[in-house]
Amino acid sequence: MNYVVKIKDVSHFYKKTKAVDNITLDIPSGCIVGLIGPDGVGKSTLLSIIAGVRKIQSGNVEVLGGDIKSASFRKKISSRIAYMPQGLGKNLYMLLSVYENLEFFGRLFGLEKNERKKRIDELLKSIGLYEFKDRAAGKLSGGMKQKLGLCCALIHDPDLLILDEPTTGVDPLSRREFWKLIELIRKTQKEMSVLIATAYMQEAELFDYTVAMNDGKILANTTPAELLKITKTDNIDSAFIELLPKKQTKEHRDFPISEKSQIQNDILAIEAFELTMKFGDFTAVENVSFKIKQGEIFGFLGSNGCGKTTTMKMLTGLLIPTHGDIRLFETPIKGHNLEMRKDVGYMTQSFSLYNELTIKQNLFLHAHLYQIEKSLIDARVEEMLERFYIKKYEDALAHDLPLGIKQRLSLAVAVIHKPKMLILDEPTSGVDPISRDMFWKFLIDLSREDGVTIFISTHFMNEGERCDRVSLMHQGRVLASDTPQALAESKDKENLEDAFVEYLYGAMDKEEMDESAIAIDKSSHKEPSGFFSLLRFFGYAYRESLELVRDPVRLVFALLGTVILMFVMGYGISMDVEDLKFSVLDNDQSPQSREYVEYISGSRYFLEQEGLTSYEELDEKMKRGEIALAIEIPPNFGRDLKKGSNPEVGAWIDGTISFRAETIKGYMEGLHGTYLSELSNVDAKPLVGVEMRYRYNQDFESLNSMVPAVIPILLVFIPSILMALSVVREKELGSITNFYATPVRKLEFLLGKQLPYIFISMISFLGLMLLAVYVFKVPVAGNFAVLFFGALLFVSATTGLGFLMSSFAKTQIAALGGTAIATMLPTVSFSGLRDPVSSLEGVGAFIGNIFPATYFINISRGIFSKDIGFEGHYFDFVALALSIVVITSISLMLLKKQER
Amino acid sequence: MMKHISIIYRLFLKELLTLLRDKIMFIFIIYSFSVAIYLGAVESSTELNNAPIAFVDEDRSTLSQRIIDSFYKPRFMTPEMISYDEIDKGMDAGVYTFVLVIPSGFERDVLSGRSVDIQLNIDATRMLQAGIGGGYITAIINQEVNAFFANPEFVAPIELVTNYKYNPNLQSSWFGSINELISNILMFSILLAGASLMREKEHGTIEHLLVMPLNAVQIMLAKIFSTLFVIMICVVFSIFVVVEMFLNVPIIGSIPLFLFGTFLVLFSTTSMGIFMGTITKSMPQFGMMFILVVLPLLMLSGGITPYESMPKILQYVMYLSPTTHFMEVAQAILFRGAGLEIIWLDLAAIFLIGLFFFAFALLTFKRSLE
Repeated sequence: MNYVVKIKDVSHFYKKTKAVDNITLDIPSGCIVGLIGPDGVGKSTLLSIIAGVRKIQSGNVEVLGGDIKSASFRKKISSRIAYMPQGLGKNLYMLLSVYENLEFFGRLFGLEKNERKKRIDELLKSIGLYEFKDRAAGKLSGGMKQKLGLCCALIHDPDLLILDEPTTGVDPLSRREFWKLIELIRKTQKEMSVLIATAYMQEAELFDYTVAMNDGKILANTTPAELLKITKTDNIDSAFIELLPKKQTKEHRDFPISEKSQIQNDILAIEAFELTMKFGDFTAVENVSFKIKQGEIFGFLGSNGCGKTTTMKMLTGLLIPTHGDIRLFETPIKGHNLEMRKDVGYMTQSFSLYNELTIKQNLFLHAHLYQIEKSLIDARVEEMLERFYIKKYEDALAHDLPLGIKQRLSLAVAVIHKPKMLILDEPTSGVDPISRDMFWKFLIDLSREDGVTIFISTHFMNEGERCDRVSLMHQGRVLASDTPQALAESKDKENLEDAFVEYLYGAMDKEEMDESAIAIDKSSHKEPSGFFSLLRFFGYAYRESLELVRDPVRLVFALLGTVILMFVMGYGISMDVEDLKFSVLDNDQSPQSREYVEYISGSRYFLEQEGLTSYEELDEKMKRGEIALAIEIPPNFGRDLKKGSNPEVGAWIDGTISFRAETIKGYMEGLHGTYLSELSNVDAKPLVGVEMRYRYNQDFESLNSMVPAVIPILLVFIPSILMALSVVREKELGSITNFYATPVRKLEFLLGKQLPYIFISMISFLGLMLLAVYVFKVPVAGNFAVLFFGALLFVSATTGLGFLMSSFAKTQIAALGGTAIATMLPTVSFSGLRDPVSSLEGVGAFIGNIFPATYFINISRGIFSKDIGFEGHYFDFVALALSIVVITSISLMLLKKQER
Repeated sequence: MMKHISIIYRLFLKELLTLLRDKIMFIFIIYSFSVAIYLGAVESSTELNNAPIAFVDEDRSTLSQRIIDSFYKPRFMTPEMISYDEIDKGMDAGVYTFVLVIPSGFERDVLSGRSVDIQLNIDATRMLQAGIGGGYITAIINQEVNAFFANPEFVAPIELVTNYKYNPNLQSSWFGSINELISNILMFSILLAGASLMREKEHGTIEHLLVMPLNAVQIMLAKIFSTLFVIMICVVFSIFVVVEMFLNVPIIGSIPLFLFGTFLVLFSTTSMGIFMGTITKSMPQFGMMFILVVLPLLMLSGGITPYESMPKILQYVMYLSPTTHFMEVAQAILFRGAGLEIIWLDLAAIFLIGLFFFAFALLTFKRSLE
């Protein structure tokens, strides 16, 4: 037998949690191998290691005949592997259309234009998404997203297809279609090996070979038929439970659903009348009505996007219906009835508790927020930890836990305040069968013994069968509503699932899938081309541009932001110190003193305020900041002056802001000097005159010197922040996996993402130039082309800086704050905006000399004001170019092509 | 009432934990309130410092040498001697901010009582150095010429004696440190408050809060207080350790009063941050808005450019920003030793602006949730 994957002694830890425990396993090639087991047993970790996406900590893994540890081997085979990560549409780009998503993957795998188009059309047609090819991926239903994900994985015709829980969170009809697809693909691509993880044990029956996992270890490794034989069971669900160590199964036993409780009475817990919810043109829920009695378990079944979640949000008051009424316990709900919320427990579809808190902290937080009595809180939290078997994780961060455990935590939080009513939105999706049974046992206890009303939505039809009554929903409407048995009987089916699929077909008039259409040509296999591929680079650049264009708010900010800032700052920042307020303490009050004061106040620098009468008043006014300068004229000033006995005038300057104080002193001395020379008519001119020649800016206008410096500053902040956020966003939202799993090189990824932002920044630059020249009337003395070229290098450096910052930040907040902090001080203080870098010392001088803004400020000033050509800025250009090389190299070094 | 406080307290603790968990962010905060303040104060002085100067000495006389020798560190770099042809090249390349040309026959002309002009070339693209330096150089030259004459009879008819109040030696690190501190207070308060809301929106946890018996005011206040708490601690540390101990800035006013002002301004700026968090839809959008708001506030509040020299309209607009008032309050308290009776109006303005933003944020927050 040939093996596609050989695993030897592989272990993997996340901090202290062991995810994979010394596994040795050979996976046969050319068949479908299923990895089954509940969440959090190490399936995903194992798959990502096999795909080469995650770094191996210990052990050896051979994939397609080579060592996956070796980077060069990974490069070689990356185009023969396809990996689809867990989570609905995790590796898709929601703003891009179906076709654009596929195109992106096509480029990454080096498919040329014609081949790409042909292949995408084929794939879309055979998978049944062709008519949706222009729809944004974010607007597809869960099932369609997964089909698209599969398309993306198949685009390059891989030899090894790795799918991590592709059907989790997908409705039964879509699930059936998905498996049918896999089967059909396998029929045409016989040599392809498919490795699938799933938490739906029943699906394992479709596999050629099954690997059952639990707690990081392999339980069994054989064909499904053999598995049933060994365990002497008739379905995989039970077989799996048999395989588990006895300790774990002790809790588990089949339990009957008890008869409807005695407590149940005729009190209506939930009533909904003709609920309708519209979002713009889209009707999410249409005319839905139901009545649920106290203590009843009411199930809501339906495909993704059919309006279940919307209905539930209306019940909780999160959404206000466009039309219709809701009554809870016979009281109409209004927007903000806080007391009523204490009676309701709610669990959202996606995990929405605090990832950064531990399990215990999450429980305590909610206990307090629900205002449970203080003395009860400790006991209640303890009870929840025990009841949901999460005690051993109590101090783990929610973030580090597998989905199944997180869902248990969510449920614990939802019932911690003992609500009278529970609204649960797909609480069990992704939870293993034992936990699920346990969970239902708990729900049934709640309903039967405590009379809690439960409103639950689910994908699992066997769970639907456990409800007292169910509603089948499709596209915002309720198809049928009754007890599960009655619904099955109405369609002459044995179980609810088949009945539901019948109902769905009835509602959709859907044609049977055309099986013959699945005939996908073999793609011409190519080794991923060498060091740099324009196609892959362009793939990333094009995709990033599309995403930018699809987010108009961000685009407008990015484009107009710099221009608006320049406008505000150009007008506001001024180094001219003018209109300074001053007062006079005139102890003389003679014509001479008044003349002196008038001379001072006649200048444009100073504005005279009311006169002072005492030192105390002088102190007081200066303390209040009402005056920046006080002039004190001594008694007998006039007389002394006439006598020629050199009276002294005192000037008191507010020294708080030192540069302002220094400027005031300069003005004051200047005015004093010229007054003196006017006074002594003997020689109107001082002996040695200093003839000031303000070069490059004859009138010494602030604007003319500020504008050339402000342009570089603005081209630092926005480009670097945009860039940093765009990379960290991929990390946060998960699409970074495509970088790990496809043949794209680090440099292609980096430059591809950078290019659109360089482009946008250059448009901003042009906007800034227009503003400078036409609004602020600051002329450009030198060659614009040289300035443009300088700006191009500069924004390449600043966007690169953003990329560099993104390697350190894990969250978007940190990326935003970090980039702002890291660029603000060097730009404003050390790059020559105020003092030239040559005047700086120590750390400041060091930072100034290595920070690219320094050199672009030189270039900008040189060209705006000095008319210096390219030759004059030779050094600056070299420095900028060098900074790009350095920044890019460091970024490449820090960028990892594997997850840890 | 107790119930409200207890809920806000719990949410407050949660916010703190979340904040502490983001280690990188935490490092940034610590850096910004320690090293960055120190660097900002020490390294970015606004005094005339090491101004690069060159001379074209065509006279080569005792007087010209005397003038040249009177320019030295730290105000000026040691003067370089260049030829007349080198002026343009040196100034174009930005090697010198000032070039003085002493004409031949200078000493002779001065001695014979003819008036002579010295040409001072100034690189006016360097606004700050050029402005202050010009006056300095003129004063130094006149002083040297007068001393050269050693004319005992020469006495100015009126003597001008200048004194700097509050900062006698005019050290720019005094105000520089406070300016840097205020900038960081502003940046982090808006960022932390706004982004913590955005984070909850993006992760869906906000929905969870809203199905609980909580109201928007409680959620907002918890975010405001947690940000406020963290930043207050940083400010206290900065003021006592960085500003007073390391930078040796003598603070004559009341630090508790300053901290009270900080408290008020934080209330304002965190409310602004939350307001921004409610009207944007994603973190990148928030990031852009953050920069668009923070940069003008930093530049135009009076710390970098003198407030009274801005266009009148802008002065009125900036009057609506809490930071403008805070800049005034900080200077008045810390350096001028002003008390409550002097700054109460600014404090009241800060509080009112904060109240306005809070109410506005509350309104948009409630609306954005519907």
